[in-house]
Amino acid sequence: MANLMAEYATIAGADVVSHLRQLAEPLKGAKVVHVNSTRSGGGVAEILHKLVPLMVELGLDARWEVLTGNDAFFRCTKHLHNGLQGYPVALEDADRQSFHAASAENAERLRALLEEADVVFIHDPQPAALLDLCPNRRGRWIWRCHIDLSHPHRPIWRFLRPFVAGYDASVFSLASFAQPLPHPQYLIPPSIDPLSDKNLELPEAEIAAARTRFGIDPERPLITQISRFDRFKDPLGVIAAYRLVKRFLPNLQLVLAGGSASDDPEGAAMLQEVRDTAGADPDIHVLDLPPDSHRCINALQRTSRIVLQKSLREGFGLTVTEAMWKQRPVIGGDTGGIRLQVVNYHTGFRVSTPEGAALRIRYLLHHPELLEAMGTKAQAYVRENFLLTRQLREYLTLMRALDNHGSDRIELG
Amino acid sequence: MNATDGQPEVFAIRDCAMVALATGRRAQNLKELRAELQAVDTSSIYFHFWGVLLQPGFEEREYNNDFAEWVRHQLHDPVLAERLGVIDPSDYGDLEQLRAELCDAVETRLDEREIIAWSLPDQQFEFRRSQIVVFRTPDSIAEPADLPGAIGHMSTSSLFYHFIDARRRVPDGTDDFRAWLCQWGEEHRPLIDALAGVDPYFTTLVDLRQRLAALCADQLS
Repeated sequence: MANLMAEYATIAGADVVSHLRQLAEPLKGAKVVHVNSTRSGGGVAEILHKLVPLMVELGLDARWEVLTGNDAFFRCTKHLHNGLQGYPVALEDADRQSFHAASAENAERLRALLEEADVVFIHDPQPAALLDLCPNRRGRWIWRCHIDLSHPHRPIWRFLRPFVAGYDASVFSLASFAQPLPHPQYLIPPSIDPLSDKNLELPEAEIAAARTRFGIDPERPLITQISRFDRFKDPLGVIAAYRLVKRFLPNLQLVLAGGSASDDPEGAAMLQEVRDTAGADPDIHVLDLPPDSHRCINALQRTSRIVLQKSLREGFGLTVTEAMWKQRPVIGGDTGGIRLQVVNYHTGFRVSTPEGAALRIRYLLHHPELLEAMGTKAQAYVRENFLLTRQLREYLTLMRALDNHGSDRIELG
Repeated sequence: MNATDGQPEVFAIRDCAMVALATGRRAQNLKELRAELQAVDTSSIYFHFWGVLLQPGFEEREYNNDFAEWVRHQLHDPVLAERLGVIDPSDYGDLEQLRAELCDAVETRLDEREIIAWSLPDQQFEFRRSQIVVFRTPDSIAEPADLPGAIGHMSTSSLFYHFIDARRRVPDGTDDFRAWLCQWGEEHRPLIDALAGVDPYFTTLVDLRQRLAALCADQLS
């Protein structure tokens, strides 16, 4: 992991790395702990896999801890996750008890580390209760919310809010995701790691091998959605859009590829529903990929003409960022962080219905020169705004700002 | 950049970045917009006029401030959008005067309309503010003759810091280039006056950079 910064300098620019070093200089030796619920699967884990080593290379004493819990706990936190995104779930007494019990067990295990830390980042609702279980904490605690909290199911938010109100700051991906809390709320969109297996350049042979493996015809256009099998990603809507286009472009192919994160018990049911809907169509490829299928996903995105992310609700939508980085225009649901990334006629199109998606798919496939131009623009947009170095800069800025007594200006020299 | 011992100091080029924060204030219609405009901290008003230049987006924008954009696209009120879009923050002595102008425009429109338009719930106007972090760079400008080349190679965020953000820092609301040139004496008065005539509002940072570099080259040749 040595010389990570030198590698990022070649992609993001030397000035970006210089900014990071300047911000990190007074933070050298600071103990920073990130806590989340899974080390594999999902965007949070992907970011932390490189964010933490980068912090270390900048001289921070950073580490990453993961919650442990039983099935009951992760069922509860899935309810929390769905409820915070607006789904009217009920949190039973047994759910609350398993949440409290698992929080207490994890606090017992992590208390010494967390109370000693200078900065603690708690990611999403699963570890949120740790704050109050560490009464002798000496550092700043930051609640990083990666999901869309704009319209939570109110009973669920009422349950969670007391756990997060006491943090020193919180971070949301978009302003509309923020809920009133008695501390500064930073707006820091997540990012992708351009050096990861998910995003680095692949040899053409590897891309071709992926096509062969999944029976994708390289001579025919392919559209792809890559996401967990989750109701909010609307995979059934993607199939509907594909079928609308297929009537006019019979040679179209579709890949729906996803996997399950270790904290997502509902994925299997959704996957089966997608398979049932796809039926016997040989041009629909429903792929259940293991969590470490990063290069495979990379190849699928690169072999697609267009990438879809037709989400109904979305936190940020890193799959959109990934596709744009690979110079693929994105047809995305008009929601959440997709709005920040997909700009009509520049990097893709935002749609609200399967019909809208079908319209844009047909339009782009009919205008290959525009498709290519938008892909080029999309990559430049990601380079400027959504690489890991930008997110790290903003986290470091937040850490400096909390020590700067709320001043709006941080002068580094 | 103040002169010491009678000698102008070297112009140290800085760079900057912004991180945005939510204020917790939102508006879904004009009445709410009016109420929040009256109450919100002026730093938020500044952000929605100038901060957008450093936010993700494409150069081509229909309007140059967030208020006009939202009114047009979420309230579907092109009349008020145009009135808000033409407000130039450079014309106002301070942000309180700018706030007053915004409120007047919204109030006038409310008087004209009998139906209050609402945005969709997930398309409310989110009042944000920002914190700015200022970085060192290895670059500097030794003398005025170097200005055209230096400005031409500046990042857009550096340009923002020295030409736009400076107006909040430098006495009399001038920019860093003019403040520095003043140390070199009256021979550069024509360039100083020319720079004062550049309105940064109705242009993009890329175009502004080009324009300033050309202006400096022209005046210094």
